[in-house]
Amino acid sequence: MTKAINLTLKVWRQQGPDLKGRLETYDAKNISTDMSFLEMIDVVNEKITLEGKEPIAFDNDCREGICGMCGAVINGRAHGPEKGTTLCQLHMRQFSDNDIIVIEPWRAKAFKVIKDLVVDRSALDKIIQAGGYISVNTGGAQDANSILVPQETAELAMDAAACIGCGACVAACPNASAMLFTSAKISQLALLPQGKPEAARRAIAMTRVMDKLGFGNCTNERECEAECPKEISITNIARMNREYLKASFISTVQ
Amino acid sequence: MQLDSKVPGGPLSEQWDKHRCELKLVNPANKRKFNIIVVGTGLAGGAASASLAELGYYVKTFCIQDSPRRAHSIAAQGGINGAKNYPNDGDSIQHLFYDTIKGGDFRARESNVYRLAQASVDIIDQCVAQGVPFAREYGGLLANRSFGGAQVSRTFYARGQTGQQLLLGAYSALSRQINAGKVEMFTRREMLDLVVINDQARGIIVRNLITGEIESHDADAVVLCTGGYANVFFLSTNAMASNVTASFRAYKKGAFFANPCFTQIHPTCIPVHGTFQSKLTLMSESLRNDGRVWVPKNPGDKRPANQIPESEREYYLENQYPSFGNLVPRDVASRRAKEQCDIGKGVGETGLAVYLDFAEAIERDGRDIIEKKYGNLFQMYEKITAENPYETPMMIYPAIHYTMGGLWVDYNLMSNLEGLFVLGEANFSDHGANRLGASALMQGLADGYFIIPYTIGGYLAGTSRKDITTDHPAFKDAVKMVKARMNNLLSIKGKRTVDDFHRELGLTLWEHCGMSRNEEGLKKAKEHIKGLQEEFWQNVTVPGREKDFNQSLERAGRVADFLEFSQVMIEDALERKESCGGHFNEAFQTDENEALRDDENFCHVSAWEFKGDDKDPEMHKEPLVFKNVELTQRSYK
Ligand SMILES: Cc1cc2nc3c(=O)[nH]c(=O)nc-3n(C[C@H](O)[C@H](O)[C@H](O)COP(=O)(O)OP(=O)(O)OC[C@H]3O[C@@H](n4cnc5c(N)ncnc54)[C@H](O)[C@@H]3O)c2cc1C
Ligand code: SF4
Ligand code: FES
Repeated sequence: MTKAINLTLKVWRQQGPDLKGRLETYDAKNISTDMSFLEMIDVVNEKITLEGKEPIAFDNDCREGICGMCGAVINGRAHGPEKGTTLCQLHMRQFSDNDIIVIEPWRAKAFKVIKDLVVDRSALDKIIQAGGYISVNTGGAQDANSILVPQETAELAMDAAACIGCGACVAACPNASAMLFTSAKISQLALLPQGKPEAARRAIAMTRVMDKLGFGNCTNERECEAECPKEISITNIARMNREYLKASFISTVQ
Repeated sequence: MQLDSKVPGGPLSEQWDKHRCELKLVNPANKRKFNIIVVGTGLAGGAASASLAELGYYVKTFCIQDSPRRAHSIAAQGGINGAKNYPNDGDSIQHLFYDTIKGGDFRARESNVYRLAQASVDIIDQCVAQGVPFAREYGGLLANRSFGGAQVSRTFYARGQTGQQLLLGAYSALSRQINAGKVEMFTRREMLDLVVINDQARGIIVRNLITGEIESHDADAVVLCTGGYANVFFLSTNAMASNVTASFRAYKKGAFFANPCFTQIHPTCIPVHGTFQSKLTLMSESLRNDGRVWVPKNPGDKRPANQIPESEREYYLENQYPSFGNLVPRDVASRRAKEQCDIGKGVGETGLAVYLDFAEAIERDGRDIIEKKYGNLFQMYEKITAENPYETPMMIYPAIHYTMGGLWVDYNLMSNLEGLFVLGEANFSDHGANRLGASALMQGLADGYFIIPYTIGGYLAGTSRKDITTDHPAFKDAVKMVKARMNNLLSIKGKRTVDDFHRELGLTLWEHCGMSRNEEGLKKAKEHIKGLQEEFWQNVTVPGREKDFNQSLERAGRVADFLEFSQVMIEDALERKESCGGHFNEAFQTDENEALRDDENFCHVSAWEFKGDDKDPEMHKEPLVFKNVELTQRSYK
């Protein structure tokens, strides 16, 4: 049933990348439990705006859990308390009257804060640019059905491809590692026959760039898997490690 | 002015081949000397950027989001059409062409649509080669399903995330070109103006959304792939940043805007729950295969669904359309739902919803079968509404979903402004007055992968352009204008928020220029919006600074353009005195309350030209000529 609840928010406010930030307190009154978390922030922001002050900056776009643009740490949990859910799909019925909610940005060496809850995740794009693709130009592809992909393989590849690039895995990891994200792409392409010719080069190039960008190592904490809104499995990390080892043995890429 | 669509002559099936052969080619060694700007990284922009860079052009690509992977295309669920005829069920290029032309209620160009159907086949090959994990049969072959408006199985899909997977395919190709240094990628940039020199598009002005800096970029050609304008209605299924600004700024610089009143309503969305609702969520229309739509017989009946006995329920679609029942097309289902709610039979807290009931299907097939078919949708529904659709009927309501209108383009996808190309949802070209499911993804990728690489070469090789840089006065003037506008917005310091204006605009349009329209309502809306626009420029409040990350300022600019643009949209709706596809004018309907076209007087594209801030826009007609199909009237009784 729909209810209205009152909440106290403690929100990270930071004017810019090199400025100091701090938690500020806001009341969120009369919040319908049918609202999404972001709609709740919208309500608070309307009020702040009418007071002539700057509203809380936060990234979002699709509000359907697919674009990967939203994300914040809610009471210490990336994307909030509900499993397998992005922040935009989290609804206020997960909270109770008079709750105190602490809202902070992703924290990781590789993700600089731009403003308030907005961080710079361009490092994730750089990992993909290093090799997260199959090198085919437009045109001249053979008939789609001439490449057979067993259904189970296609399903596994799709499981990995479901990653939305939100960065919650990095934020949740005590080492701020990007292994889950990177391994998802490496797995997807290594599983498919189309991706095999470049598998070795890809594994090495993406891993190198990932390390260079300041992401930490994976020490099997499994926090990433627990917080990933798309429930990407850490078996992808094992597959990535295998691909990397294999590649280090046989690769001609130095 | 006579609009020249540059459609090649000869039989449909040979036109594109012939045209490609006639287009001038750019010498490969010269390609890298040409700079091309691509705005947008959805399916259209991502595919175009990658393909043009592969050919050797130097490409600068821009998008609003923090990564090109997040464009609105990512949200498409259902699938993409391709006339592969893998299931051997009688499909062909001709068949896909016909379905698309008819689905568009005969308001699209034959030649463009035929070419789209031809390209659909190559798209599937291309995406598979990139590693898009389409659904497969046990034997490893690609799986297909059927979709609205077609009797064959030609839709390829990747679970309920087809748009995501296709976009990630284009994004990967784009990433490869960024890595190769052939594409310079500018994220978190918003295009705020188009620069035209000697009647040719030569560059854009963008705002760096992190620093607030205004930047100028010049080019030999500009390719707009900035998506649709459904957010003019405030609540829509589009992503929050979807806007009309890029297209509208181009319109104000001389590009014609075609058929702005052709907007599409999707009948099965999760209903609005309250004033602070920020967007609407689509539920795939495939649900109507098994769900029964009903409302209480008595207006104002507020009992929960399970307490309303069978005899007091009205299955209005089944009653009114005995042969199609719950499966009538999107526009018909939407209008009938609104009608029921308008007479007080709507359900739920707001009264703006109808039931979509699976009880009978579950009883008949068992819960397992229904779960297999729709499990993920039921789960998504439950996440948003906290109601279990296995036990209580779903509540649904129509919502704005897609815009068929867009910038006018010729067969080369070039606007009437030379050097300005428009691809994807941003152009008007292929869907006429109504788009069929699974065909927007197809069009975006066809435009980006397979059409622009040829036609832009023809333009670059066939025209002369002056040497210019961003020091040209046209750039300086545009920057000045953009800055003045922003400072103006920041200095008003009024009493209403941007969202507040946007919401009011959306409600007005939804009421009078949405699912069904009439002359009186449209005129009322036009007056109202004029007043709202005036108030906006006197009473909006936009906090923060210009040279800073400022989301309020971003939104203010977009809403200012929506306010202005919506008036062109209404003008177009007033002018089109017929009903067709998504444009339903109440004065023009058949005895069965269906859209009544007037092919004698309105078989044309309406292309609007900006004439000045205080003048009405001027309409130009591009007559539509049908040589290969016969114009028919729809009936679903
Ligand atoms: C919920 C939903 C489901 C859908 N499902 C399907 C489906 O199953 N099948 C189907 O065929 N179609 C579907 N569609 C329609 C389809 O997704 C879209 O029409 C299509 O993806 C549009 O692609 P695009 O490349 O033209 O634009 P978009 O993907 O909208 O991309 C626009 C790009 O332009 C950029 N941009 C916009 N304005 C500016 C500016 N001013 N400055 C700089 N950059 C700018 C954005 O950042 C973005 O990168 C669906 C649509 C919705 C809303
Ligand atoms: S692996 Fe999961 S948490 Fe990490 S970026 Fe992808 S979707 Fe987000
Ligand atoms: S806003 Fe797109 S995933 Fe949350």
